[in-house]
Amino acid sequence: MFINVLLVGIGGFFGAISRYWISGKFNKKGDLKFPYGTLIVNLVGAFLLGLITASSLSASWQVLLGTGFMGAFTTFSTFKLENIQMHLKRQRNVLIAYLAASYIGGIILAFLGMMISVNY
Amino acid sequence: MIYWYVGIGGIIGALLRYGVSLAFNSFWSGVFPMATLTTNLLGSCVLGWLTSYLSKNKRLSKELYTGLGTGIIGSFTTFSTFSVETVKLMENAHLGLAFLYVMVSLFGGLLLSYAGYRAGEKMLQRTGGAS
Repeated sequence: MFINVLLVGIGGFFGAISRYWISGKFNKKGDLKFPYGTLIVNLVGAFLLGLITASSLSASWQVLLGTGFMGAFTTFSTFKLENIQMHLKRQRNVLIAYLAASYIGGIILAFLGMMISVNY
Repeated sequence: MIYWYVGIGGIIGALLRYGVSLAFNSFWSGVFPMATLTTNLLGSCVLGWLTSYLSKNKRLSKELYTGLGTGIIGSFTTFSTFSVETVKLMENAHLGLAFLYVMVSLFGGLLLSYAGYRAGEKMLQRTGGAS
């Protein structure tokens, strides 16, 4: 129990910093007002968590890399906030594209990650 | 150093999420991922509120605000677990539940994020700026 708290904390620390770093790199590129950083983080994270979940890694590794790192690396709240900001700016098409890319992409990539992991 | 605020926020957010999942495990044994859904909807609401209300607060430093929003709330909610749980529901032939999970996350998240954002704006108007 205590070791799990430690593992989730360590994973959360590095996951959040990695997300912040990637978001900073990609979210403000040029005049394109599209949150590529959040999208990349969420899609890559969904794929990697698929790999981790279906792998034969021990429970402790799963807690560190899955619950801790990938859980904190990806984010749902920022994604939703960006959806609302697009809605308030009346960027309807951008909003729909962002929603579709995130949900469809995330589920397909998680599936691919799990498939690769199982068959590897 | 802003990375420290985000990192420490990440520890707190991830541990809170882990705590919620443990708490749900003690009374919820269904296949529907209630813990992640609760976490994600709650976090969306809080981040909406934080963005409209606290971002205007002059007393709150940019570092602390980023630590709270990007660090704690960003790490408290998760997209990867949501995606994997949806695939697992589909694999186990719970197609209806998978669809329900996606729809409640999608529209519930939008609704709660918006509600939090508006609530923050209202509070800001009433207090004439956060102090």
